[in-house]
Amino acid sequence: MTIIQRLLGHLVSCEDVSHLLSQAEETRLSVLERTRVRWHLAVCGMCRAFDKQLRFMREAMRRYRE
Amino acid sequence: MNPEVLKELETQRGYLLRVARLQLRDAALAEDVVQDTLAAALTAQASFSGKSSVKTWLTGILKHKIVDAIRKRQREPVAASALDDEADLEDFEGLFRDNGAWQAPPADWGDPEEALNRRQFFDILETCLDKLPPKTTRVFVMREVMELESDEICKELAITANNLWVILYRARMSLRECLELNWFAGRPRG
Repeated sequence: MTIIQRLLGHLVSCEDVSHLLSQAEETRLSVLERTRVRWHLAVCGMCRAFDKQLRFMREAMRRYRE
Repeated sequence: MNPEVLKELETQRGYLLRVARLQLRDAALAEDVVQDTLAAALTAQASFSGKSSVKTWLTGILKHKIVDAIRKRQREPVAASALDDEADLEDFEGLFRDNGAWQAPPADWGDPEEALNRRQFFDILETCLDKLPPKTTRVFVMREVMELESDEICKELAITANNLWVILYRARMSLRECLELNWFAGRPRG
């Protein structure tokens, strides 16, 4: 991974990304927002774990309903 | 009267009651709403196409009954104050450092199937949902269990899309913290 890619990934904070990932379940994010999230996830394992947790919870609620 | 439908209604009663309680936070009202739902289902059973499951069909009816009950309650001035925002953003300040980095990194929850195959997990999930502030649970259950569209929820509860996102965000952050503490902590990861 290049330094530029790393820098881009850290332009947005984990807190902002957590909001965007949650919001993405309700609405389509803008191209810029999606790009920022993608860049960030590429360099941040913690937010990747969080993203997985969100998907897990969605699946859990789906099973709960069935 | 189709005896199979009747039996199925009885089977689903517990589930409907749990969903109604989570949303209304009022055991007596939840009981009424479920009673109404089952009565409506009996009257309308001819309209049950059999294309969806009985559970889905009943959940659809329950959805309308709950929305009606919430609307009715919102018109009552005393109850209206109970709908005020109780979830404070401050509760969440501890989640991130000043620079926006995670205070406590989210853990790897391992193989989801392992948890999702256990009845116990869903008990914990329910307890966690129950611990959320009432309005937060209501919105979250409307979205994730009843599968109402975002704009539908906004309309019913008279909140903005932005409000909705914030409430759902809080719900998800609290739920993940609760699950992490009460289910995933100390579990070996596969």
